[in-house]
Amino acid sequence: MPDAPHPRPLKTVSLALVGSGGAGVLTAGAILLDAAARAGLYGLLTRSVGPQIRGGEAAALLRLSPGPVGCHDDRFDLLVALDWQNAERFAAEIPLDSGSLVVTDPAAGEIPPALAAAAPRVAAVAMQKIAKAIPRGRPNMAAVGVAAGLAGLPEAAVAEAIRRAIGAKGGEALAASLKAADEGRAAAAALGPRLGANEEPRASRAAQGGRWIITGNEAAGLGAVRGGVRFAAAYPITPATEILEWLAPALPKVGGTLVQAEDELASVNMAIGAAYGGTPALTATSGPGLALMIESLGLAVASEIPLVVIDVMRGGPSTGIPTKSEQGDLNIAVYGMHGDAPHLVLAPTGVGDCLFTTQWAVHLAEKLQTPAIVLSDQFLGQARAVIDPPPAFALAASRAAPAPGERGAYRRYAETPSGVSPMAVPGIPGCQYTADGLEHGERGTPSSRAEDHRAQMEKRRAKLADHDYGEAWADIEGEGEIAVVTWGSCTAAAREAVARVAASGIEARLVAVRLLSPAQPARLAAALAGVRRVLIVEQSHSAQFHRYLRAHTELPRTVDVLHRPGPLPFRPVEIAAALA
Amino acid sequence: MTASIAAAAPEPAAPEAPAPRPPADYKSDIKPVWCPGCGDYSVLTSLAMALSALALPPERVAVVSGIGCSSRMPAYLNTYGFHGVHGRALPVATGIKLSRPELTVVVAGGDGDGFSIGGNHFLHACRRNVDLAYLVMDNRVYGMTKGQPSPTTEPEWDSDLAPGGTGLRPFNPLAIALAAGANMVARCFSGDPARTAAVIAEAIRHPGFSFVEILSPCVTFRPDEREWRDKVRPAPVTETNDPARAARRLMTDDGFNLGILYRGDRRPYQPRPDASPDALAALEHSFAI
Repeated sequence: MPDAPHPRPLKTVSLALVGSGGAGVLTAGAILLDAAARAGLYGLLTRSVGPQIRGGEAAALLRLSPGPVGCHDDRFDLLVALDWQNAERFAAEIPLDSGSLVVTDPAAGEIPPALAAAAPRVAAVAMQKIAKAIPRGRPNMAAVGVAAGLAGLPEAAVAEAIRRAIGAKGGEALAASLKAADEGRAAAAALGPRLGANEEPRASRAAQGGRWIITGNEAAGLGAVRGGVRFAAAYPITPATEILEWLAPALPKVGGTLVQAEDELASVNMAIGAAYGGTPALTATSGPGLALMIESLGLAVASEIPLVVIDVMRGGPSTGIPTKSEQGDLNIAVYGMHGDAPHLVLAPTGVGDCLFTTQWAVHLAEKLQTPAIVLSDQFLGQARAVIDPPPAFALAASRAAPAPGERGAYRRYAETPSGVSPMAVPGIPGCQYTADGLEHGERGTPSSRAEDHRAQMEKRRAKLADHDYGEAWADIEGEGEIAVVTWGSCTAAAREAVARVAASGIEARLVAVRLLSPAQPARLAAALAGVRRVLIVEQSHSAQFHRYLRAHTELPRTVDVLHRPGPLPFRPVEIAAALA
Repeated sequence: MTASIAAAAPEPAAPEAPAPRPPADYKSDIKPVWCPGCGDYSVLTSLAMALSALALPPERVAVVSGIGCSSRMPAYLNTYGFHGVHGRALPVATGIKLSRPELTVVVAGGDGDGFSIGGNHFLHACRRNVDLAYLVMDNRVYGMTKGQPSPTTEPEWDSDLAPGGTGLRPFNPLAIALAAGANMVARCFSGDPARTAAVIAEAIRHPGFSFVEILSPCVTFRPDEREWRDKVRPAPVTETNDPARAARRLMTDDGFNLGILYRGDRRPYQPRPDASPDALAALEHSFAI
């Protein structure tokens, strides 16, 4: 990784903890993030794990800063290794350089060549030995102490975070953890100040109590509940399962229901059934599940039934890389259905934004009576971030409903100026109709007549195309004749790159598209007014987003595309280099 | 937020005794696409008779189907209806019933829709035991696509898609329903609409998942099925609640014994949410540092 040619606008510190599965590095990472939040810092924690159910390799990747962070830095300041088992598998995800410090346990053996190649400074702390000397002591807690000490996290905040994480296991385990962390910190102090002073984070004034620690998957679940979802059908799939596991206990508390389905064909159809019955409904899945749901999403389009499907994207095609991120499902989400099937596709632009975007998706789906696909990804879904609490968005599910009527008078699919027609639900007398995937006339009666097909196609197109989606269609920031156009989990790195080049006097703007379907060509053209060069950034091998933009928009003459498959995220330095 | 949901899902009507309606009130004015002589006409009549006998307000009934000749049923009724994609009627019905337990939900379909493309849902609907009545009009053929063998077709039945027959043992839907946990298992013949209506009414009334196979001849592609009229008979044994006894009978009968063949007492699956007014605030608070 080249040195950053542009100064970083924020002081940040990046830490990685690695160990074999079961060594507890993910727990250690969560404790460090919690401690940092208690110390007034923002932070981001992602994990990199292998495909093994238990065991295998695991890494916790943290970035801490006085300001909000949504992506990892170009490099890591510190790598603490409990062991090196299979560590070379994620060496590419933990870029080191000669300024990095590697703290390794002498019992773990040599640093793997893939990591040693960057010539980091190396120090030894006998974390296993520290743990062994403490009854019920664990090496990962010593690693917490080492990392916290080197990153300058206050002892009290670390102790409180450990209490929160370990307290339930009882006094002895807690005491052992606190002691191991203390000894780790002491060992780190003996190494001297190892992280550059200008990179050491300082606690901001912010009150720790105000902020949230949340994963993107949890935020999506909360956004759904805020939006009014009261039914979810679930089929487990990595990396979306946490949405469903969060909703399972949450929904009954707000009067809703979650049911585990036998497969994704069932889960999407259960959600369709609940929505047909009047209850805002959701399911969550990943690429393979979305592929199975596509036929039924077409049914929801044709029968004008609202529902939300969250696709937490992972590496594809096929089983692909289930535990790692990629933006490869744009095409199937936008174009996957057979026939002309207008529907909504939205993508959160950050971990915390999973809440807003999902809530907005529920609102839009219900209002426009159509399915909405929310394209999150493994990075956003499983990243844990410290965020400012999202405001209460006035975006609830509200569906146009008819008044009780005379038998035969109700026209479920009546042509209206907006294209949206009042949707009866069972229980309303006189409005009985059959929701149908067959083409139909205004009453819902199946019809193969050319004029009915054309009229209903146009109704379904117009209700989406003519809706005013407002400012939320994209996050647009900055000015300048250069624009970075991106989406989803690439947004944070692009934003940071724009800020970095600004510090060097290069003015660029950021356009992160949240509403992918229906496309908003006029709004995009306005956002790009005065732009002479566009840089498209996406995590897709075939540049699906670039092709999507080309299909809908006249782009400026100079277009560069920074794209590659997952799982390696774009680093701000790469995007900044492409901007300069 | 809650108010708008309440608006979307109307409150149950006041529990007053509904006025009885004739079966004709449960039929719509849409003319069926079925062939002359199709058994499904009689099943439509039987279902309307059953709904009438139960005095169910039509707006409080949802009839759900997938794809196939018999899956055209909902449009021919004056109830709420859902005509979805091939094989997925049971999940749709499950979603309706779990979110609107006060509704009566009936699922209608055929042997291809239910036992082939929808086979997995059939197993799990029996196992889940949601309070649904599932009526399968079994004609042992794909009629809508003009005559291909289905899972219940006899092995030697000749067709363009399987010249000389499939050679495959037919699926035994009743035995499988019983083994998978259905709470009621019955067989009817479309040629006897009054008895069929009575069994459908029982299937609707009985809690949990009730499976009714209705032998419904396809006179167009299976003219031989006209002979079913002479083969069917009331089951020579009385109804049982013993699954072992029912299993023996279902595994040994010739497929033409009619009646309720098993009626169990499993509790239906119906989650009951326990809402509290400050739940959302508590959920949000759980993320605060």
